[in-house]
Amino acid sequence: MFARANKSIELINKFLNCVDQSLLLFKDGVKNYLYRDQGNFASNLRSLANSEMESDVLRREIENTLYTQSLMPQLRGDIMRLLEEMDNLIDQAKKNLFQFDVEMPNIPAELIPDMIKLTQISTSAAESVIPAAKSYFSEPANVSEKIHRVYFFEKETDLLADVIRRKIFREMPELKLSEKFHLRYFTLHIENISDIAEKVADLLTIMAIKRTV
Amino acid sequence: MEFIFFITSGLFLGWSLGANDAANIFGTAVGTRMVRFRTAALIGSVFVILGAMMQGSGTTRTLSQLGSIDTLGGAFTAALCSAIVVTVMTWKKLPVSTGQAIVGAIIGWSFFTSTPVDFSVLTKIVGSWVTGPILGAFFSALLYLLMRRIIRRTSIHVIKLDIYIRLALIITGAFGAYSLGANNIANVMGVFVNSISLTVHFGKFTFSTIQLLFFLGGISIALGIATYSKKVMETVGNGVLSLTPETAIVVVLSQALVLFLFSSTSLYNFLSHFGLPPIPLVPVSSTQVVVGALIGIGFVRGVQEIRFEMLGQIALGWLLTPVLSGFLTFLTLFFMQNVFDVAVSGHERINSGTDLTPKIQNIIHLPANTDRLLTIAAIGIFLLSALVLLLHYRRNRLKMAANEKKLAEQIQYTDYQKALSEIELNNIRMENTSMAEHLEEKRKELVTFALNIGEMKQFLEVLSDSIEAADQEQNLQRKHELLHAELVRIRQKMSFTHEVEHIYKQAEQIHSDFVSRLALRFPDLTEHERRLMVLLRNGFSSKEISPVLNISPKSVEISRYRLRKKLNLRKDENLTQFINAI
Repeated sequence: MFARANKSIELINKFLNCVDQSLLLFKDGVKNYLYRDQGNFASNLRSLANSEMESDVLRREIENTLYTQSLMPQLRGDIMRLLEEMDNLIDQAKKNLFQFDVEMPNIPAELIPDMIKLTQISTSAAESVIPAAKSYFSEPANVSEKIHRVYFFEKETDLLADVIRRKIFREMPELKLSEKFHLRYFTLHIENISDIAEKVADLLTIMAIKRTV
Repeated sequence: MEFIFFITSGLFLGWSLGANDAANIFGTAVGTRMVRFRTAALIGSVFVILGAMMQGSGTTRTLSQLGSIDTLGGAFTAALCSAIVVTVMTWKKLPVSTGQAIVGAIIGWSFFTSTPVDFSVLTKIVGSWVTGPILGAFFSALLYLLMRRIIRRTSIHVIKLDIYIRLALIITGAFGAYSLGANNIANVMGVFVNSISLTVHFGKFTFSTIQLLFFLGGISIALGIATYSKKVMETVGNGVLSLTPETAIVVVLSQALVLFLFSSTSLYNFLSHFGLPPIPLVPVSSTQVVVGALIGIGFVRGVQEIRFEMLGQIALGWLLTPVLSGFLTFLTLFFMQNVFDVAVSGHERINSGTDLTPKIQNIIHLPANTDRLLTIAAIGIFLLSALVLLLHYRRNRLKMAANEKKLAEQIQYTDYQKALSEIELNNIRMENTSMAEHLEEKRKELVTFALNIGEMKQFLEVLSDSIEAADQEQNLQRKHELLHAELVRIRQKMSFTHEVEHIYKQAEQIHSDFVSRLALRFPDLTEHERRLMVLLRNGFSSKEISPVLNISPKSVEISRYRLRKKLNLRKDENLTQFINAI
């Protein structure tokens, strides 16, 4: 019984590490794209795709173990939902990086620092979800204090994304309207990562309350 | 045969008790699917019978002291009326306790047969109805605090915790079932103890009346668990009394402890031996203890979590159940005696259990003039004071925790700002590095440009001197030769070898990683082909490549064609895309 439990714990930890790695790859990928480092960007894209595949496999394996071994009948539904939402983070990161690759948006040089900052803050929100999720499994009482970080970065992401969009539409007359729309979509894509992180944080808050003794 | 017919009402009461009260023990475990019903029913049944057989005599004696029903007809009627009241009240979803029903029935029988009721025993029993839930609340509050501390301190992973909780649910469930059997068997079979006397021989074993009755009663409770409790458990697990498995452990353990305390003859004898006030051996309602335990947990978690209407429900149960049961028993006894001509009372009236079987008497030695009411009141006051102290301590701790939380939030906010500033700082650093690289590039360009100007100036000076010398030359052939030589020099200069080299070097610098990957993947490429690929990677068109490589655009196209061949590209593959993907 304990051997099976240890295996499940290991799988969950692997999955969380996979999410962490994917976020790092995304962050690096956007930076490489913005600095026109095509080679490294392509390499980030490939690694992220592999990471996404690996996370899917792990998630299915965890689901299989929890249900076939009848582990945590009361909590497994919530836990699987949490893992699915966290998997969405990887999916969104991969989707975003592929969009960069396919659509190749023309990002003006003066927007590069802002875009990098937006990416970093948005991924920081998502990265903050990982320790909170780890805490849920062992110390549910500490989840709420870790979740605050997610909400903070999510709010900062929204603010910065707004600043960037204002800059695009009001201070860059040299850009065509189509280019402005294109850039706006890319800020939204990056912002989506922190929005998903916020969803995970909401879910974790409720789950932690349920588990708090 | 007569015996079997008359005890059916008791067995029905036992079945009803098993069906309803097993849910208090395994309800959450089964409802939340932590323990399978089959496992719960098996453990519950075995331990209920064990509890009844090993420790059921104490509470039975107290009930006998209240009113010793000395005929099978009277015992049958009392048990039947209790069972009817329990069933009807359960059906109408009213709070009910088997113990209170049977007490009401015994009093009803006492009134009917004009047997004096022993009010000291009645006080003891009614007192336990109050102290039972209070004790339950006390135990659950303490156990809850203890469990919470253990879980928080140990930081066990939720999956491992799940296994520990399953094991704990099974162990506490077994203890709960044992205590239920020990404490509540009196409700089921207590009224029959003084109404019959028989001995059964089974091989080498001989069973006395009490052993036989307790065994049958235990079996009837076990049957109730096995046949009907699943439905109740599933309702309890998902319904109003829905608990988390962790809380269920605390509640079941508190209930088991209370029931055990109120039925342990060993503890009774032990306390009496040391001259301490003993805990009375009285059947206690497991449901009411569970409600008390829930209130105890509510106190720990915060007063707002307590559902005070539950207290009202307990009080209603205390009043309604014995009154209804007593009234019904009185009426039924009248019919039994006058219509069916069944004897409901013997000639000898028993007031203090002196007719009890020697076995029970040997087990318990009651101190003669102990003021039970005082003891119960003292215990109640002690527990209440402890609870108030606990609440006060908890309130102070909550205050301190709130202050700590505020401080932690402030620290956290500073941390976030720090993290944000770090991100900004990193960005600025990255931007500075990028700018420095750009600046260095521009500086190099400027130096090259200045060098080119110097070189060009030098070249033009030399050219000017040579043309001047040629102009002054008198010999026409010599003059022609000198001018031709200068023309050749000018044409050589027009190939821009240095500039082309510079452009190529810059392109290589931008894609240094590409050049190294190219060398690894295609080591057979010529220098010309390698240069062509680097320029294509930089987005140069054939027209732009032509002057750089000093060949015509047509030749660039031919070179591209040859390169495709060498790279083994298919017709549908784009050369530029292929190069970009390397």
